[in-house]
Amino acid sequence: MDKQKKRFWERMGIGQLIIPLTALALLLLFNLIRDPGFFEIVVNINNSGNPVLGGNLISVINSASELAIIAMGMTLVTAATGGQDISVGAVGAISASVFIKTLIGMGEVTGWTLIVAVLACIATAIAFMMFNGTLVSVFKIQPMIATLILYSCGRSIAYWITGSATPQVNSPIITAIGMTIPGIPVPTPVFMVILVGLILALIFRVTNTTLYTQSVGINQGAARLNGIHPTAVKMLSFGLLGLCVAVASIIATCRMSQVSHKTLLVDIEMDAILAVAIGGNSLGGGKFRMSGSVLGAYIITMLTVTLLAMGINSVNIKAYKAVVIIVIVAAGSPVIKNRIAALRNRRSVSEHSAVKGGAAS
Amino acid sequence: MTTVQPALNHRRREPLSDATLLMLIAIGIFLVMYASAVILMGGAFQKPQQFLDLFNENAALIIIACALTVVMIGGGINISVGGIIGLTCMACTKFLEYSAPQNSVVAVLLTVLLALAIGLAFGLFEGFMVSYLEIQPFIVTLAGMFLARGLTTILSVNPVKVTHEGFQALVKTKLQIPWLGYVAKNGNLISAKLEIGAIVALLVVAAVWLMLRYTKLGRGIYAVGGNRQSALMLGINVKRTSFWSYVISGVLAGLAGLVFLMHKPAANASIAMRSEMDAIAASIIGGTLLTGGVGNVIGTLFGVMILAAIQKIIGLSPLNESWWQDMASGAMLGIFIMLQSVILSRRGKRGKAEASKG
Repeated sequence: MDKQKKRFWERMGIGQLIIPLTALALLLLFNLIRDPGFFEIVVNINNSGNPVLGGNLISVINSASELAIIAMGMTLVTAATGGQDISVGAVGAISASVFIKTLIGMGEVTGWTLIVAVLACIATAIAFMMFNGTLVSVFKIQPMIATLILYSCGRSIAYWITGSATPQVNSPIITAIGMTIPGIPVPTPVFMVILVGLILALIFRVTNTTLYTQSVGINQGAARLNGIHPTAVKMLSFGLLGLCVAVASIIATCRMSQVSHKTLLVDIEMDAILAVAIGGNSLGGGKFRMSGSVLGAYIITMLTVTLLAMGINSVNIKAYKAVVIIVIVAAGSPVIKNRIAALRNRRSVSEHSAVKGGAAS
Repeated sequence: MTTVQPALNHRRREPLSDATLLMLIAIGIFLVMYASAVILMGGAFQKPQQFLDLFNENAALIIIACALTVVMIGGGINISVGGIIGLTCMACTKFLEYSAPQNSVVAVLLTVLLALAIGLAFGLFEGFMVSYLEIQPFIVTLAGMFLARGLTTILSVNPVKVTHEGFQALVKTKLQIPWLGYVAKNGNLISAKLEIGAIVALLVVAAVWLMLRYTKLGRGIYAVGGNRQSALMLGINVKRTSFWSYVISGVLAGLAGLVFLMHKPAANASIAMRSEMDAIAASIIGGTLLTGGVGNVIGTLFGVMILAAIQKIIGLSPLNESWWQDMASGAMLGIFIMLQSVILSRRGKRGKAEASKG
């Protein structure tokens, strides 16, 4: 019976996702019992007279966008290098500065200037991530230490680029990216998440990136002997993380129509690593599941929104969040899992023996 | 030369392990940096007080860097130490605010106990989660950091100050060293001062050094961090060893919070923010490897000194804006990490070449 169950989970392909899915379901159930109004989705009319979806669920899906995108890239880096990049927030601030500086420098915001700015932003983020990647793959420095450099000075670089505290840019195009496109009630960042997800899915479907990344993460030496270039794979993972960071920084900039180098994407590195872990991925590298990390990102945001809806002061949220996180990771810990499996085995064995009189077992 | 006396050469190099080499590099860089600062920038740097201030101002950082070194040698990581400092400062300040007699010694003693108890509680909890539930240490201590920061703001969102007279007296108690002092313009001898916190920090360094080197637990931490499997085979209680490494780091973080409060008797919600990363950087510079099994607490002390000296040099230089400070210390950290990596890899290659030759 136990074996059949396992096979069923594996056939569905969600073995690793049971814990995060359960956590999400429990959170939803908790909200349902606490206040069914939590799930209300309303249609508001915004200032320019267009319909916009509102409500807690929409705000979860909307505000988790940056985290979900960065969590995807973080999963790759974690899998390939067995370490985490803690500079994503700082690099995001740098690329956002480049983005807004380019936009302001070219005057009026049009489609073309936007494309130039986006390309400049992506190029900057990838360049800085390549710096991290070089330290990690060529100089063989542990990811956390290598990225500590940009973590500690990245926001200062961002300030140096912008040259002022909060440069602003006002344009309907920027609002369309950060909030909603006129006529479409769903917030645009949601589409950006889907877009990045599709690009990454396409890369994984068409190329062997998944296999290469996992083999480098599991055993670098063995991967090298099999003709995989570990340096190239690691650089690729950092490059893709750079792309994710650039997109996230563009969303964050467009949301506020300004860049504040101190608060843009602040502390997102911790949440992203958390999302990767909640999604059931090992932080030690190797096998990974990107959908788990994305799920993790939504769980974290869901938790925050739930706590806010319960009327908890936003500065105190961290303490409550910590308690829930501890419960989730403890439920996913190998020791607890083994205990439960042993318990279930014992029960199924006793059932067997009851049915067949103990002869078969 | 190597062809003539390979054996002798080999034997001479053998005792110098990677950790010792990295520690020596850290000490060397610190001495060169400080000496050049004294010669080139003169002025303030020539006073011995400036050197003692490195200890006075960074006592808490030294203590949490020691805590991180212990955990990192054991193959783990603890990023909650900064949060524990914040919580300890806030809790102690609040406690002193409500303690009735404004100059009682008992209240001060209870404050010390409170600080250590907070650290101990976090250490026990994190140690249990990491070693007995086998959850990834980064996530456990991240949750610990969130919890500590959240509890800090629950205690008070607004900045608070210590007004307790007994504690203020403790803050003002300083070790006077007259022979390192200087004569001020009005003829008075101003002696150099070392704060109690700095003395505590140096004692912690000594204690941790002794613990890691001479006790069963200390040797066990190295063994567990180096190779968990073989440590288990050797009969070391792996779980208990790593549990105690977290308990030690928790208690040290609580102590660091107290020392922090003794240097600056006030608390706010963002106290010691990101100091855990400074502590990790200091340990790395001092030669501790994040992978575990390698490290030296003396090196960590010099790691903190290097970071502090960078801050001080840039602070006194014309580039004293805060963003310049960040960028320069980031660049220095980068150069240092790369230097370390290059030295280690060259050493590895040379070692391999010699092994294949012999």
